[in-house]
Amino acid sequence: MSKEPVAVVGVGQTKHVAARRDVSLAGLVREAARHALDDAELTWADIDAVVIGKAPDFFEGVMMPELYLADALGAVGKPMLRVHTAGSVGGSTALVAANLVAARVHRTVLTVAFEKQSESNAMWGLSLPIPFQQPLLAGAGGFFAPHVRAYMRRTGAPDTVGSLVAYKDRRNALKNPYAHLHEHDITLEKVRASPMLWDPIRYSETCPSSDGACAMILTDRTGAARAPHPAAWVHGGAMRSEPTLFAGKDFVSPQAGKDCAADVYRQAGITDPRRQIDAVEMYVPFSWYEPMWLENLGFAEEGEGWKLTESGVTELDGDLPVNPSGGVLSTNPIGASGMIRFAEAALQVRGQAGAHQVDGARQALGHAYGGGSQFFSMWLVGAEAPAT
Amino acid sequence: MRDVAIVAFGQSDHVRDSAETSEVEMLMPVLHDVLAQTGLAARDIDFTCSGSSDYLAGRAFSFTMALDGVGAWPPISESHVEMDGAWALYEAWVKLLTGEAETALVYSYGKSSPGSVRDVLTRQLDPYYVAPLWPDSVALAALQAQALIDAELTDERELAGIAARRRTAAGSNPHAQLRGEVPMGEPLVAPLRTGDCPPIGDGAAAVVLAVGDTARRLTDRPAWIRGLDHRIEAHGLGVRDLTDSPSTRLAAERAGAFELSHGRKGTGGAPMVDTAELHAPFTSQEVVLRRALRLDAPDSTVCINPSGGALAANPVMAAGLIRLGEAAARIQRGASDRALAHATSGPCLQHNLVAVLEGE
Repeated sequence: MSKEPVAVVGVGQTKHVAARRDVSLAGLVREAARHALDDAELTWADIDAVVIGKAPDFFEGVMMPELYLADALGAVGKPMLRVHTAGSVGGSTALVAANLVAARVHRTVLTVAFEKQSESNAMWGLSLPIPFQQPLLAGAGGFFAPHVRAYMRRTGAPDTVGSLVAYKDRRNALKNPYAHLHEHDITLEKVRASPMLWDPIRYSETCPSSDGACAMILTDRTGAARAPHPAAWVHGGAMRSEPTLFAGKDFVSPQAGKDCAADVYRQAGITDPRRQIDAVEMYVPFSWYEPMWLENLGFAEEGEGWKLTESGVTELDGDLPVNPSGGVLSTNPIGASGMIRFAEAALQVRGQAGAHQVDGARQALGHAYGGGSQFFSMWLVGAEAPAT
Repeated sequence: MRDVAIVAFGQSDHVRDSAETSEVEMLMPVLHDVLAQTGLAARDIDFTCSGSSDYLAGRAFSFTMALDGVGAWPPISESHVEMDGAWALYEAWVKLLTGEAETALVYSYGKSSPGSVRDVLTRQLDPYYVAPLWPDSVALAALQAQALIDAELTDERELAGIAARRRTAAGSNPHAQLRGEVPMGEPLVAPLRTGDCPPIGDGAAAVVLAVGDTARRLTDRPAWIRGLDHRIEAHGLGVRDLTDSPSTRLAAERAGAFELSHGRKGTGGAPMVDTAELHAPFTSQEVVLRRALRLDAPDSTVCINPSGGALAANPVMAAGLIRLGEAAARIQRGASDRALAHATSGPCLQHNLVAVLEGE
């Protein structure tokens, strides 16, 4: 049985900022959805189902917000699903929506992911004390810093690599009008001089807390034929999970990430990711995760990822641009961050990424991860429809 | 479309307070049960999907602990919905339809005992205008019940009769929290009495899905999913007719509840099923659902909630998945040939899912 090919024909984002005090949660998600519909030149009536995702409900203090958001997203009378897979949720949400089209259950699906971090405090939302369970009182940075250390020790990477990533991503963000951080006076020296938060992670090597939403319109072959702008076609998509903590877990390069990438490459016919993939939107919330994921995703041999970063290969004008949009380091509405990676990959192969467009991008990878590096979701999109 | 079936169903005993066990400890025996029924190991499952709620657990990412219990090593293909497990089953069903998987494990769980579930559920409401007033789930259901009484669609005597029938039916359900005759009870929120309301409890459930011949290999009588659909309504109670459930009706139509594949329709507009497992935590909601599904046709012989339904056990986040499981189990043991299963979410039946299950 063959699957229906899935096309991205509409992409919408909000301008991501620290606090969108001018809109409610409903106003925020509706804004992104409206932009995606406009891009696809469709109306609410053209949508068969809505799939929404976000990170924990405690971040806004609304339990199962899809119930309250049904009206704002034109979902009344339609199916509405709510996905929650920790930090990878934006990617997983898009994949669940894509499966609805691939399985021919629905023809045109709206998928949305959001976070309005200004409604509460994510650090404490993640740190509610529970009896008999390990607390995570230091937030995400404290959890990931030891794994960065382990990477540096294992590969011999010099401690200058992290700041190169941050400097690159923050400069890329200047070309992306939707990015949260626009640091016009950024310099490498400023990144290196920023305060140390969780050694070896400096302040300027961490992601901001953003309010924002991202939406996409996914449709079948017929829908793509009617679309006013070029479509991005889904050539492969996968999710993988592994336990949070167990003896033998490789926190530097988790097996679930490797397996997820391998599955996506198999579906998409990618045998040499370094040569065949033109742009990567990678989930890098702390700068050192770029070299780490370059290895985990098969772009570099083990221990070699930092050399790609150091040599400028991942710059916007390098031969494997990573995070041309500025990435999570410049914009982090947590629940939406994964979907933004997927959507930015789609924009690249549609040739619609504006000032941060990678020339001639034909195949792009969108990547998301979450939890304690145990949830992964990825998709590979191309400018051409998949051969069936 | 690929044929997908429920091939195994398991549930915990539902109890008022499970303070001595964690969510994972509550879930593990149920997972082992459904895997043992099929002879599959966790590593044989192609796709896993779960449903649960951080707000019930009182912590973010609460589902990660359960996933550790599943034993996701080597890494598995896995997803989670922050919804009742019935919607996790829906996501898994879609995954099987894409052809990317042959088997799926679906589970869900919820513990209401650590807090006040009536207060917790108020956090589902519009956070700007309604939630600050803390209207609880029983008060909202009472509004719906009063609307039905005002419209002369039911009365307190009929509601008491529903409560008695469901809890009598639960007498043969060893997992139910309340079994046997239960009095009407004391007034709780007018017009609802304690007998009209579900017990507050903790519980877990799990289902194994499989496609085509794999399903036939795993069980003697698969419960084939002939249709599965869900629809949501507006959130604001003021813009809904609380005496009706158009989303349930539409989902049932889309799921093919009212006709067989060769076009034969039920008499008097009744669904073509012999059993209906309805997720109606309040007696008054069963009235709404029966009307929406036309289960009250004069010559209807549909057996409604033989398990006792949510009035006998209502583990929040699992009660919907249990309706699908109970309907499937009835087919598997030959007590039903074609069954309708329903799950709901949100205040006053806002979001509704309907499945049509059939034996071969």
